[in-house]
Amino acid sequence: MSVDKDTVRRIAKLARLAVPEARLEPMAGELNGIFQWVEMLGEVKVDGVPAMTSVVAQKLKWREDQVTDGGKADELMINAPDGTDHFFVVPKVVE
Amino acid sequence: MSDLTAMTLAEARDAVQAKKISSKELTGAFVKAIEAGRPLNAYITEAGEQAMLMADVSDRRIAKSEGGALEGLPLAIKDLFCTKGVRTTAASKILGNFVPPYESTVTQNLWDAGAVMLGKTNLDEFAMGSSNETSAFGPVFNPWRASNSNANLVPGGSSGGSSAAVAADLCLAATGTDTGGSIRQPAAVTGRVGLKPTYGRCSRFGIVAFASSLDQAGPMTKTVRDAAIMLKTMASVDAKDSTSVDVPVPDYEKLLEGGIKGLRVGIPKEYRIDGVPAEINALWTKGADWLKAQGAEIVEVSLPHTKYALPTYYIVAPAECSSNLARYDGVRFGHRASGARDITDLYEKSRGEGFGAEVQRRILIGTYVLSAGYYDAYYSRAQKLRTLIKRDFDQAFEKCDVLLTPTTPGPAFAVGAKTTDPLEMYLQDVFTVTVNLAGLPGISVPAGLTENGLPLGLQLIGKAFDEATLLRAAYAVETAADFKHSPAKWWNV
Repeated sequence: MSVDKDTVRRIAKLARLAVPEARLEPMAGELNGIFQWVEMLGEVKVDGVPAMTSVVAQKLKWREDQVTDGGKADELMINAPDGTDHFFVVPKVVE
Repeated sequence: MSDLTAMTLAEARDAVQAKKISSKELTGAFVKAIEAGRPLNAYITEAGEQAMLMADVSDRRIAKSEGGALEGLPLAIKDLFCTKGVRTTAASKILGNFVPPYESTVTQNLWDAGAVMLGKTNLDEFAMGSSNETSAFGPVFNPWRASNSNANLVPGGSSGGSSAAVAADLCLAATGTDTGGSIRQPAAVTGRVGLKPTYGRCSRFGIVAFASSLDQAGPMTKTVRDAAIMLKTMASVDAKDSTSVDVPVPDYEKLLEGGIKGLRVGIPKEYRIDGVPAEINALWTKGADWLKAQGAEIVEVSLPHTKYALPTYYIVAPAECSSNLARYDGVRFGHRASGARDITDLYEKSRGEGFGAEVQRRILIGTYVLSAGYYDAYYSRAQKLRTLIKRDFDQAFEKCDVLLTPTTPGPAFAVGAKTTDPLEMYLQDVFTVTVNLAGLPGISVPAGLTENGLPLGLQLIGKAFDEATLLRAAYAVETAADFKHSPAKWWNV
Protein backbone atom coordinates (compact mmCIF):
# COMPACT_ATOMS: atom_id res chain seq x y z
CA MET A 1 0.00 0.00 0.00
CA SER A 2 1.41 3.37 -0.77
CA VAL A 3 0.77 6.88 0.43
CA ASP A 4 0.09 9.53 -2.22
CA LYS A 5 -0.13 13.29 -2.17
CA ASP A 6 -3.86 13.28 -1.42
CA THR A 7 -3.40 10.90 1.49
CA VAL A 8 -0.78 13.20 2.99
CA ARG A 9 -3.16 16.11 2.58
CA ARG A 10 -5.91 14.14 4.33
CA ILE A 11 -3.69 13.03 7.26
CA ALA A 12 -2.32 16.55 7.63
CA LYS A 13 -5.91 17.80 7.89
CA LEU A 14 -6.68 15.18 10.56
CA ALA A 15 -3.52 16.20 12.43
CA ARG A 16 -4.40 19.92 12.12
CA LEU A 17 -1.02 20.54 10.55
CA ALA A 18 -0.51 23.02 7.72
CA VAL A 19 1.74 21.27 5.21
CA PRO A 20 2.57 23.56 2.27
CA GLU A 21 1.41 22.24 -1.13
CA ALA A 22 5.03 21.96 -2.30
CA ARG A 23 5.88 19.67 0.67
CA LEU A 24 3.05 17.16 0.05
CA GLU A 25 4.79 15.19 -2.69
CA PRO A 26 8.21 14.93 -0.96
CA MET A 27 6.47 14.04 2.32
CA ALA A 28 4.58 11.23 0.56
CA GLY A 29 7.95 9.88 -0.61
CA GLU A 30 9.44 10.02 2.89
CA LEU A 31 6.42 8.33 4.45
CA ASN A 32 6.41 5.62 1.81
CA GLY A 33 10.04 4.82 2.56
CA ILE A 34 9.15 4.35 6.21
CA PHE A 35 5.94 2.38 5.59
CA GLN A 36 7.68 0.04 3.14
CA TRP A 37 10.27 -0.74 5.81
CA VAL A 38 7.57 -1.28 8.43
CA GLU A 39 5.84 -3.79 6.11
CA MET A 40 8.27 -6.44 7.42
CA LEU A 41 6.06 -6.75 10.50
CA GLY A 42 3.60 -8.56 8.22
CA GLU A 43 5.97 -11.59 8.25
CA VAL A 44 5.25 -12.32 11.89
CA LYS A 45 2.36 -14.55 12.95
CA VAL A 46 0.51 -12.65 15.64
CA ASP A 47 -2.68 -14.74 15.89
CA GLY A 48 -3.58 -15.20 19.53
CA VAL A 49 -0.90 -12.80 20.76
CA PRO A 50 -2.38 -10.22 23.12
CA ALA A 51 -1.62 -6.56 22.37
CA MET A 52 0.70 -4.95 24.89
CA THR A 53 -1.14 -2.69 27.27
CA SER A 54 1.53 -2.12 29.92
CA VAL A 55 5.18 -3.18 30.19
CA VAL A 56 4.96 -3.25 33.96
CA ALA A 57 2.43 -5.52 35.61
CA GLN A 58 0.62 -3.29 38.07
CA LYS A 59 -2.87 -2.47 39.16
CA LEU A 60 -4.28 0.91 38.27
CA LYS A 61 -3.90 3.22 41.20
CA TRP A 62 -6.89 4.55 43.06
CA ARG A 63 -7.16 7.74 45.00
CA GLU A 64 -9.81 9.69 46.82
CA ASP A 65 -11.98 11.77 44.49
CA GLN A 66 -10.84 15.05 45.96
CA VAL A 67 -9.58 18.36 44.63
CA THR A 68 -5.83 18.43 45.28
CA ASP A 69 -4.82 21.52 43.36
CA GLY A 70 -6.36 24.55 41.69
CA GLY A 71 -7.21 28.21 42.03
CA LYS A 72 -4.29 29.14 39.79
CA ALA A 73 -5.97 31.06 36.99
CA ASP A 74 -3.26 33.75 37.02
CA GLU A 75 -0.49 31.20 36.61
CA LEU A 76 -2.39 29.43 33.83
CA MET A 77 -2.52 32.65 31.82
CA ILE A 78 1.23 33.39 32.07
CA ASN A 79 2.04 31.54 28.86
CA ALA A 80 -1.08 32.42 26.88
CA PRO A 81 -0.15 33.91 23.48
CA ASP A 82 -3.30 36.06 23.67
CA GLY A 83 -5.49 36.46 26.71
CA THR A 84 -7.54 38.92 28.63
CA ASP A 85 -8.49 38.63 32.30
CA HIS A 86 -8.83 34.87 32.73
CA PHE A 87 -9.86 34.13 29.14
CA PHE A 88 -7.88 32.79 26.18
CA VAL A 89 -8.60 34.86 23.09
CA VAL A 90 -9.27 32.92 19.86
CA PRO A 91 -10.66 33.87 16.44
CA LYS A 92 -14.43 34.08 16.27
CA VAL A 93 -15.90 30.56 16.40
CA VAL A 94 -19.65 31.17 16.15
CA GLU A 95 -20.96 33.49 13.48
CA MET B 1 42.57 21.06 43.26
CA SER B 2 43.61 22.23 39.80
CA ASP B 3 40.44 21.80 37.77
CA LEU B 4 37.29 21.51 39.81
CA THR B 5 35.20 20.76 36.73
CA ALA B 6 37.13 17.55 36.00
CA MET B 7 35.94 15.91 39.22
CA THR B 8 33.40 13.13 39.26
CA LEU B 9 30.11 13.69 41.06
CA ALA B 10 31.26 11.39 43.90
CA GLU B 11 34.59 13.23 44.28
CA ALA B 12 32.88 16.61 44.30
CA ARG B 13 30.30 15.41 46.82
CA ASP B 14 33.02 14.16 49.17
CA ALA B 15 35.06 17.37 48.78
CA VAL B 16 32.03 19.61 49.42
CA GLN B 17 30.85 17.58 52.39
CA ALA B 18 34.37 17.59 53.87
CA LYS B 19 34.33 21.40 53.34
CA LYS B 20 37.51 21.22 51.24
CA ILE B 21 35.71 23.28 48.60
CA SER B 22 32.57 25.35 48.76
CA SER B 23 29.61 24.92 46.44
CA LYS B 24 30.16 28.52 45.30
CA GLU B 25 33.74 27.77 44.21
CA LEU B 26 32.59 24.64 42.43
CA THR B 27 29.54 26.24 40.81
CA GLY B 28 31.58 29.31 39.79
CA ALA B 29 34.08 27.07 38.00
CA PHE B 30 31.25 25.45 36.03
CA VAL B 31 29.62 28.78 35.16
CA LYS B 32 32.96 29.86 33.65
CA ALA B 33 33.41 26.56 31.83
CA ILE B 34 29.90 26.86 30.37
CA GLU B 35 30.69 30.35 29.03
CA ALA B 36 33.90 29.07 27.44
CA GLY B 37 32.02 26.05 26.10
CA ARG B 38 29.41 28.04 24.17
CA PRO B 39 30.83 26.95 20.79
CA LEU B 40 29.50 23.45 21.61
CA ASN B 41 25.92 24.82 21.92
CA ALA B 42 25.25 22.32 24.71
CA TYR B 43 22.97 24.63 26.69
CA ILE B 44 19.79 26.27 25.41
CA THR B 45 19.37 28.29 28.61
CA GLU B 46 22.21 29.09 31.02
CA ALA B 47 21.17 29.79 34.59
CA GLY B 48 24.47 31.00 36.04
CA GLU B 49 23.05 33.68 38.33
CA GLN B 50 20.41 31.41 39.78
CA ALA B 51 23.04 28.67 40.17
CA MET B 52 25.24 30.95 42.28
CA LEU B 53 22.26 31.75 44.52
CA MET B 54 21.47 28.06 44.93
CA ALA B 55 25.16 27.39 45.70
CA ASP B 56 25.10 30.08 48.37
CA VAL B 57 22.09 28.46 50.04
CA SER B 58 23.85 25.08 49.88
CA ASP B 59 27.00 26.46 51.49
CA ARG B 60 24.91 27.77 54.41
CA ARG B 61 23.26 24.39 54.85
CA ILE B 62 26.60 22.61 54.75
CA ALA B 63 27.98 25.01 57.36
CA LYS B 64 25.13 23.93 59.62
CA SER B 65 25.67 20.25 58.64
CA GLU B 66 22.18 20.14 57.14
CA GLY B 67 23.13 19.16 53.58
CA GLY B 68 21.23 16.65 51.44
CA ALA B 69 22.66 13.79 49.35
CA LEU B 70 23.56 16.12 46.46
CA GLU B 71 24.09 19.30 48.44
CA GLY B 72 25.83 22.01 46.45
CA LEU B 73 26.50 19.84 43.39
CA PRO B 74 25.94 21.60 40.01
CA LEU B 75 23.94 19.64 37.45
CA ALA B 76 22.64 20.19 33.91
CA ILE B 77 18.99 19.48 33.10
CA LYS B 78 17.76 18.35 29.71
CA ASP B 79 15.41 21.03 28.41
CA LEU B 80 12.53 18.57 28.40
CA PHE B 81 12.09 18.73 32.19
CA CYS B 82 9.79 21.54 33.28
CA THR B 83 11.57 23.87 35.69
CA LYS B 84 9.46 26.40 37.54
CA GLY B 85 10.22 29.94 36.37
CA VAL B 86 12.96 28.81 33.97
CA ARG B 87 12.15 28.62 30.25
CA THR B 88 11.54 25.06 29.03
CA THR B 89 11.57 24.66 25.25
CA ALA B 90 11.81 20.93 24.33
CA ALA B 91 14.11 22.46 21.66
CA SER B 92 11.00 23.40 19.69
CA LYS B 93 9.87 26.70 18.28
CA ILE B 94 6.36 25.85 19.42
CA LEU B 95 7.49 26.01 23.08
CA GLY B 96 10.21 28.61 22.49
CA ASN B 97 9.02 31.01 25.20
CA PHE B 98 7.29 28.60 27.56
CA VAL B 99 7.99 29.27 31.25
CA PRO B 100 6.47 26.48 33.35
CA PRO B 101 4.61 27.50 36.50
CA TYR B 102 5.47 24.09 37.98
CA GLU B 103 8.45 21.77 38.50
CA SER B 104 8.96 18.21 37.22
CA THR B 105 9.10 15.58 39.95
CA VAL B 106 12.57 14.36 38.97
CA THR B 107 14.10 17.84 39.13
CA GLN B 108 12.21 18.61 42.35
CA ASN B 109 13.78 15.48 43.86
CA LEU B 110 17.22 16.77 42.82
CA TRP B 111 16.68 20.25 44.31
CA ASP B 112 15.25 18.72 47.50
CA ALA B 113 18.54 16.81 47.83
CA GLY B 114 20.43 20.11 47.53
CA ALA B 115 21.60 19.99 43.89
CA VAL B 116 22.33 23.22 41.99
CA MET B 117 20.93 23.85 38.49
CA LEU B 118 23.43 25.19 35.94
CA GLY B 119 20.98 25.42 33.06
CA LYS B 120 18.90 23.60 30.48
CA THR B 121 20.62 21.49 27.86
CA ASN B 122 19.93 21.18 24.15
CA LEU B 123 18.21 18.17 22.59
CA ASP B 124 16.51 16.96 19.44
CA GLU B 125 13.14 18.69 19.07
CA PHE B 126 10.71 16.94 21.45
CA ALA B 127 13.46 14.30 21.90
CA MET B 128 12.87 13.03 18.36
CA GLY B 129 16.23 12.30 16.84
CA SER B 130 19.57 10.59 17.40
CA SER B 131 22.01 13.40 16.64
CA ASN B 132 20.66 16.59 18.24
CA GLU B 133 20.33 18.03 14.72
CA THR B 134 16.53 18.47 14.82
CA SER B 135 16.78 21.11 17.59
CA ALA B 136 15.22 24.48 16.78
CA PHE B 137 18.19 25.95 18.68
CA GLY B 138 20.84 24.52 16.37
CA PRO B 139 22.99 21.40 16.53
CA VAL B 140 25.30 20.51 19.43
CA PHE B 141 28.87 19.60 18.64
CA ASN B 142 30.47 16.54 20.19
CA PRO B 143 33.48 17.53 22.34
CA TRP B 144 35.28 14.59 20.72
CA ARG B 145 36.89 14.82 17.30
CA ALA B 146 38.53 12.04 15.32
CA SER B 147 42.31 11.98 15.67
CA ASN B 148 42.73 12.56 11.94
CA SER B 149 40.15 15.33 11.42
CA ASN B 150 38.82 18.64 12.71
CA ALA B 151 35.31 17.95 11.44
CA ASN B 152 32.49 18.55 13.91
CA LEU B 153 30.73 15.39 15.02
CA VAL B 154 27.27 14.93 16.52
CA PRO B 155 26.98 14.22 20.28
CA GLY B 156 24.23 11.65 19.73
CA GLY B 157 20.63 12.28 20.64
CA SER B 158 18.18 13.08 21.70
CA SER B 159 19.99 14.01 24.94
CA GLY B 160 22.90 15.52 22.96
CA GLY B 161 23.29 18.69 25.01
CA SER B 162 23.48 16.62 28.19
CA SER B 163 26.01 14.16 26.74
CA ALA B 164 28.20 16.98 25.42
CA ALA B 165 27.96 18.88 28.73
CA VAL B 166 29.05 15.81 30.74
CA ALA B 167 31.91 14.92 28.37
CA ALA B 168 33.16 18.53 28.14
CA ASP B 169 33.08 19.06 31.94
CA LEU B 170 30.29 21.66 31.67
CA CYS B 171 28.46 20.00 34.60
CA LEU B 172 29.13 17.27 37.17
CA ALA B 173 26.26 15.17 35.80
CA ALA B 174 23.10 15.68 33.78
CA THR B 175 19.57 14.38 33.39
CA GLY B 176 18.40 12.81 30.17
CA THR B 177 15.32 11.04 28.88
CA ASP B 178 15.27 7.85 26.84
CA THR B 179 12.39 6.80 24.57
CA GLY B 180 14.35 4.65 22.09
CA GLY B 181 17.97 5.12 23.16
CA SER B 182 18.17 8.85 23.84
CA ILE B 183 20.29 8.49 26.99
CA ARG B 184 22.42 5.48 26.10
CA GLN B 185 23.35 6.33 22.49
CA PRO B 186 24.57 9.90 23.25
CA ALA B 187 26.45 8.64 26.33
CA ALA B 188 28.16 5.98 24.19
CA VAL B 189 29.33 8.36 21.46
CA THR B 190 30.69 10.86 24.01
CA GLY B 191 32.55 8.29 26.12
CA ARG B 192 30.42 8.63 29.24
CA VAL B 193 27.82 6.67 31.23
CA GLY B 194 24.07 6.79 30.50
CA LEU B 195 21.39 4.88 32.41
CA LYS B 196 17.80 4.32 31.34
CA PRO B 197 15.94 2.99 34.37
CA THR B 198 13.01 0.57 34.31
CA TYR B 199 9.77 2.12 33.02
CA GLY B 200 8.04 3.44 36.13
CA ARG B 201 11.22 3.88 38.20
CA CYS B 202 11.30 7.68 37.80
CA SER B 203 8.18 9.84 37.63
CA ARG B 204 7.34 11.29 34.23
CA PHE B 205 5.39 14.18 35.76
CA GLY B 206 6.55 17.48 34.31
CA ILE B 207 8.62 15.94 31.53
CA VAL B 208 7.38 17.12 28.13
CA ALA B 209 5.76 13.95 26.75
CA PHE B 210 6.84 12.27 23.52
CA ALA B 211 5.74 8.60 23.71
CA SER B 212 4.31 8.04 27.15
CA SER B 213 4.58 4.24 27.24
CA LEU B 214 8.30 4.42 26.38
CA ASP B 215 9.65 7.68 27.90
CA GLN B 216 11.81 7.34 31.00
CA ALA B 217 14.17 9.78 32.71
CA GLY B 218 17.66 8.80 33.78
CA PRO B 219 21.14 10.07 34.65
CA MET B 220 24.08 10.85 32.33
CA THR B 221 27.33 10.83 34.24
CA LYS B 222 31.09 10.44 34.16
CA THR B 223 31.14 7.15 36.06
CA VAL B 224 28.89 4.24 37.01
CA ARG B 225 29.13 5.28 40.65
CA ASP B 226 27.83 8.74 39.72
CA ALA B 227 24.89 7.13 37.88
CA ALA B 228 24.09 5.12 41.04
CA ILE B 229 24.16 8.29 43.13
CA MET B 230 21.93 10.21 40.71
CA LEU B 231 19.37 7.43 40.28
CA LYS B 232 18.91 7.10 44.04
CA THR B 233 17.68 10.70 44.16
CA MET B 234 15.86 10.84 40.80
CA ALA B 235 13.76 7.72 41.42
CA SER B 236 10.53 7.97 43.40
CA VAL B 237 6.93 6.85 43.39
CA ASP B 238 4.74 9.82 42.57
CA ALA B 239 1.01 10.39 42.95
CA LYS B 240 1.21 12.72 39.92
CA ASP B 241 2.30 9.85 37.61
CA SER B 242 0.02 6.83 37.73
CA THR B 243 2.67 4.75 35.92
CA SER B 244 5.36 5.39 38.53
CA VAL B 245 5.78 2.17 40.45
CA ASP B 246 5.93 1.74 44.21
CA VAL B 247 9.07 -0.38 44.53
CA PRO B 248 11.63 0.56 47.20
CA VAL B 249 14.64 2.54 45.93
CA PRO B 250 17.79 0.86 47.30
CA ASP B 251 21.10 2.61 47.97
CA TYR B 252 22.57 1.70 44.59
CA GLU B 253 26.00 3.11 45.44
CA LYS B 254 26.41 0.79 48.43
CA LEU B 255 25.55 -2.21 46.25
CA LEU B 256 28.09 -1.40 43.51
CA GLU B 257 31.10 -3.29 44.74
CA GLY B 258 29.62 -6.70 45.52
CA GLY B 259 31.48 -8.29 42.61
CA ILE B 260 30.00 -10.39 39.83
CA LYS B 261 31.14 -13.88 40.78
CA GLY B 262 28.55 -16.32 39.43
CA LEU B 263 26.58 -13.60 37.61
CA ARG B 264 25.08 -15.03 34.42
CA VAL B 265 25.67 -12.69 31.47
CA GLY B 266 23.60 -13.35 28.35
CA ILE B 267 24.94 -12.64 24.86
CA PRO B 268 21.99 -12.30 22.46
CA LYS B 269 23.07 -13.75 19.13
CA GLU B 270 20.61 -11.60 17.13
CA TYR B 271 22.62 -8.50 18.06
CA ARG B 272 25.39 -9.56 15.68
CA ILE B 273 24.03 -7.77 12.63
CA ASP B 274 25.27 -7.08 9.12
CA GLY B 275 27.02 -3.83 8.38
CA VAL B 276 28.29 -3.20 11.89
CA PRO B 277 32.03 -2.39 11.92
CA ALA B 278 34.32 -5.19 13.10
CA GLU B 279 35.69 -3.06 15.94
CA ILE B 280 32.22 -2.91 17.52
CA ASN B 281 31.92 -6.69 17.59
CA ALA B 282 35.52 -7.04 18.78
CA LEU B 283 34.80 -4.72 21.70
CA TRP B 284 31.69 -6.71 22.53
CA THR B 285 33.74 -9.93 22.72
CA LYS B 286 36.30 -8.13 24.86
CA GLY B 287 33.51 -7.01 27.22
CA ALA B 288 32.35 -10.59 27.67
CA ASP B 289 35.96 -11.64 28.39
CA TRP B 290 36.29 -8.89 31.03
CA LEU B 291 33.19 -10.13 32.85
CA LYS B 292 34.25 -13.77 32.56
CA ALA B 293 37.66 -12.90 34.05
CA GLN B 294 35.83 -11.47 37.09
CA GLY B 295 33.90 -14.67 37.68
CA ALA B 296 30.77 -14.19 35.54
CA GLU B 297 29.32 -17.01 33.51
CA ILE B 298 28.74 -16.18 29.82
CA VAL B 299 25.66 -17.76 28.23
CA GLU B 300 24.38 -17.44 24.68
CA VAL B 301 20.72 -16.43 24.52
CA SER B 302 18.24 -15.71 21.75
CA LEU B 303 15.94 -12.74 21.29
CA PRO B 304 14.26 -13.88 18.06
CA HIS B 305 12.12 -10.78 17.42
CA THR B 306 15.00 -8.29 17.64
CA LYS B 307 14.86 -7.26 14.00
CA TYR B 308 11.21 -6.24 14.34
CA ALA B 309 11.89 -3.88 17.24
CA LEU B 310 12.75 -0.76 15.22
CA PRO B 311 9.77 -0.95 12.83
CA THR B 312 7.52 -1.69 15.82
CA TYR B 313 8.94 1.38 17.56
CA TYR B 314 8.30 3.55 14.49
CA ILE B 315 4.60 2.73 14.75
CA VAL B 316 4.14 2.89 18.52
CA ALA B 317 6.25 6.01 19.17
CA PRO B 318 4.75 8.19 16.38
CA ALA B 319 1.23 7.05 17.35
CA GLU B 320 1.76 8.22 20.92
CA CYS B 321 3.57 11.33 19.67
CA SER B 322 0.66 12.37 17.44
CA SER B 323 -1.67 12.04 20.40
CA ASN B 324 0.59 13.79 22.94
CA LEU B 325 1.47 16.67 20.61
CA ALA B 326 -2.18 17.41 19.86
CA ARG B 327 -2.08 19.74 22.87
CA TYR B 328 0.07 22.31 21.03
CA ASP B 329 -2.65 24.37 19.46
CA GLY B 330 -1.44 27.96 19.76
CA VAL B 331 -4.23 28.83 22.20
CA ARG B 332 -3.17 28.25 25.80
CA PHE B 333 0.61 28.40 25.53
CA GLY B 334 3.36 28.26 22.97
CA HIS B 335 3.70 29.66 19.46
CA ARG B 336 0.64 31.19 17.80
CA ALA B 337 0.57 32.01 14.09
CA SER B 338 -0.68 35.44 13.11
CA GLY B 339 -3.40 36.21 10.57
CA ALA B 340 -5.49 33.07 11.04
CA ARG B 341 -8.92 33.13 9.36
CA ASP B 342 -10.66 30.93 11.89
CA ILE B 343 -9.92 28.56 14.75
CA THR B 344 -8.97 25.58 12.54
CA ASP B 345 -6.70 27.78 10.49
CA LEU B 346 -5.12 28.98 13.75
CA TYR B 347 -4.39 25.39 14.85
CA GLU B 348 -3.03 24.34 11.47
CA LYS B 349 -0.83 27.39 10.94
CA SER B 350 0.51 27.50 14.50
CA ARG B 351 1.44 23.81 14.36
CA GLY B 352 2.83 24.05 10.84
CA GLU B 353 5.08 26.97 11.84
CA GLY B 354 5.94 25.67 15.29
CA PHE B 355 6.97 22.07 14.60
CA GLY B 356 10.16 21.16 12.73
CA ALA B 357 10.41 18.66 9.86
CA GLU B 358 11.09 15.48 11.87
CA VAL B 359 8.34 16.20 14.39
CA GLN B 360 5.87 16.85 11.55
CA ARG B 361 6.88 13.60 9.89
CA ARG B 362 6.22 11.65 13.09
CA ILE B 363 2.90 13.36 13.75
CA LEU B 364 1.80 12.37 10.24
CA ILE B 365 3.00 8.76 10.61
CA GLY B 366 1.20 8.53 13.94
CA THR B 367 -2.00 10.03 12.62
CA TYR B 368 -1.94 7.62 9.67
CA VAL B 369 -1.38 4.43 11.70
CA LEU B 370 -4.17 5.40 14.10
CA SER B 371 -6.63 6.42 11.38
CA ALA B 372 -9.73 4.44 10.46
CA GLY B 373 -8.90 1.41 8.33
CA TYR B 374 -5.23 1.28 9.23
CA TYR B 375 -5.36 0.85 13.00
CA ASP B 376 -5.43 -2.97 12.90
CA ALA B 377 -2.81 -3.32 10.17
CA TYR B 378 -0.33 -1.05 11.90
CA TYR B 379 -0.94 -0.01 15.49
CA SER B 380 -2.66 -3.13 16.73
CA ARG B 381 -0.07 -5.38 15.05
CA ALA B 382 2.78 -3.33 16.52
CA GLN B 383 1.34 -3.69 20.03
CA LYS B 384 1.28 -7.47 19.52
CA LEU B 385 4.87 -7.42 18.32
CA ARG B 386 5.70 -5.53 21.47
CA THR B 387 4.29 -8.39 23.52
CA LEU B 388 6.50 -10.84 21.58
CA ILE B 389 9.59 -8.66 22.06
CA LYS B 390 9.00 -8.48 25.80
CA ARG B 391 8.38 -12.24 25.89
CA ASP B 392 11.80 -12.77 24.27
CA PHE B 393 13.42 -10.93 27.16
CA ASP B 394 11.37 -12.78 29.79
CA GLN B 395 12.58 -16.08 28.33
CA ALA B 396 16.20 -14.92 28.07
CA PHE B 397 16.17 -13.81 31.71
CA GLU B 398 15.33 -17.35 32.76
CA LYS B 399 18.88 -18.20 31.67
CA CYS B 400 20.78 -15.07 32.68
CA ASP B 401 20.79 -12.08 35.05
CA VAL B 402 21.95 -9.34 32.67
CA LEU B 403 22.54 -9.05 28.92
CA LEU B 404 25.63 -7.58 27.27
CA THR B 405 25.43 -5.92 23.83
CA PRO B 406 27.00 -3.05 21.91
CA THR B 407 25.24 0.31 22.51
CA THR B 408 25.48 1.76 19.01
CA PRO B 409 26.21 0.45 15.50
CA GLY B 410 29.09 2.94 15.18
CA PRO B 411 30.93 5.89 16.73
CA ALA B 412 29.88 9.56 16.50
CA PHE B 413 29.32 10.66 12.89
CA ALA B 414 29.76 14.00 11.16
CA VAL B 415 27.17 16.74 11.47
CA GLY B 416 24.90 16.47 8.41
CA ALA B 417 25.99 12.93 7.50
CA LYS B 418 22.65 11.25 8.15
CA THR B 419 20.06 13.99 7.72
CA THR B 420 18.83 13.11 4.19
CA ASP B 421 17.36 9.67 4.84
CA PRO B 422 15.27 9.36 8.03
CA LEU B 423 15.71 5.57 8.04
CA GLU B 424 19.48 5.86 8.26
CA MET B 425 19.12 7.99 11.39
CA TYR B 426 16.56 5.61 12.91
CA LEU B 427 19.06 2.73 12.65
CA GLN B 428 21.21 4.44 15.31
CA ASP B 429 18.83 2.97 17.89
CA VAL B 430 18.93 -0.63 16.63
CA PHE B 431 20.54 -1.97 19.84
CA THR B 432 18.78 0.28 22.34
CA VAL B 433 15.14 0.43 21.23
CA THR B 434 14.24 -3.12 22.27
CA VAL B 435 14.85 -2.15 25.90
CA ASN B 436 12.25 0.64 25.79
CA LEU B 437 9.67 -1.59 24.11
CA ALA B 438 10.11 -4.11 26.95
CA GLY B 439 10.29 -1.44 29.70
CA LEU B 440 13.63 -2.74 30.99
CA PRO B 441 16.60 -0.88 32.47
CA GLY B 442 19.71 -0.44 30.31
CA ILE B 443 23.05 1.28 30.76
CA SER B 444 25.86 2.29 28.42
CA VAL B 445 29.42 2.22 29.75
CA PRO B 446 32.42 3.65 27.85
CA ALA B 447 34.56 0.66 26.89
CA GLY B 448 37.10 1.68 24.27
CA LEU B 449 38.18 3.89 21.38
CA THR B 450 37.99 3.34 17.64
CA GLU B 451 41.11 3.38 15.52
CA ASN B 452 40.46 7.12 15.04
CA GLY B 453 40.20 7.79 18.76
CA LEU B 454 36.41 8.02 19.08
CA PRO B 455 34.64 6.47 22.07
CA LEU B 456 32.46 3.36 21.91
CA GLY B 457 30.13 2.02 24.57
CA LEU B 458 28.88 -1.36 25.72
CA GLN B 459 25.29 -1.77 26.82
CA LEU B 460 24.07 -3.89 29.71
CA ILE B 461 20.37 -4.72 30.01
CA GLY B 462 18.82 -5.77 33.32
CA LYS B 463 15.65 -7.29 34.68
CA ALA B 464 12.81 -4.91 35.53
CA PHE B 465 13.56 -2.96 38.73
CA ASP B 466 16.90 -4.71 39.17
CA GLU B 467 19.02 -1.62 38.55
CA ALA B 468 21.23 -2.71 41.48
CA THR B 469 22.50 -5.81 39.64
CA LEU B 470 22.71 -3.84 36.40
CA LEU B 471 24.89 -1.17 38.01
CA ARG B 472 27.09 -3.80 39.67
CA ALA B 473 27.72 -5.44 36.29
CA ALA B 474 28.32 -2.01 34.72
CA TYR B 475 30.82 -1.23 37.46
CA ALA B 476 32.65 -4.45 36.60
CA VAL B 477 32.81 -3.46 32.91
CA GLU B 478 33.99 0.02 33.85
CA THR B 479 36.73 -1.33 36.13
CA ALA B 480 38.04 -3.68 33.46
CA ALA B 481 37.78 -1.17 30.61
CA ASP B 482 39.65 1.43 32.66
CA PHE B 483 38.49 4.10 30.20
CA LYS B 484 40.33 7.26 31.27
CA HIS B 485 40.08 9.20 28.02
CA SER B 486 38.75 12.72 27.72
CA PRO B 487 38.35 14.92 24.66
CA ALA B 488 40.90 17.68 24.00
CA LYS B 489 39.22 20.98 24.90
CA TRP B 490 39.55 22.51 21.43
CA TRP B 491 36.87 25.10 22.18
CA ASN B 492 38.99 26.61 24.99
CA VAL B 493 41.10 28.94 22.85
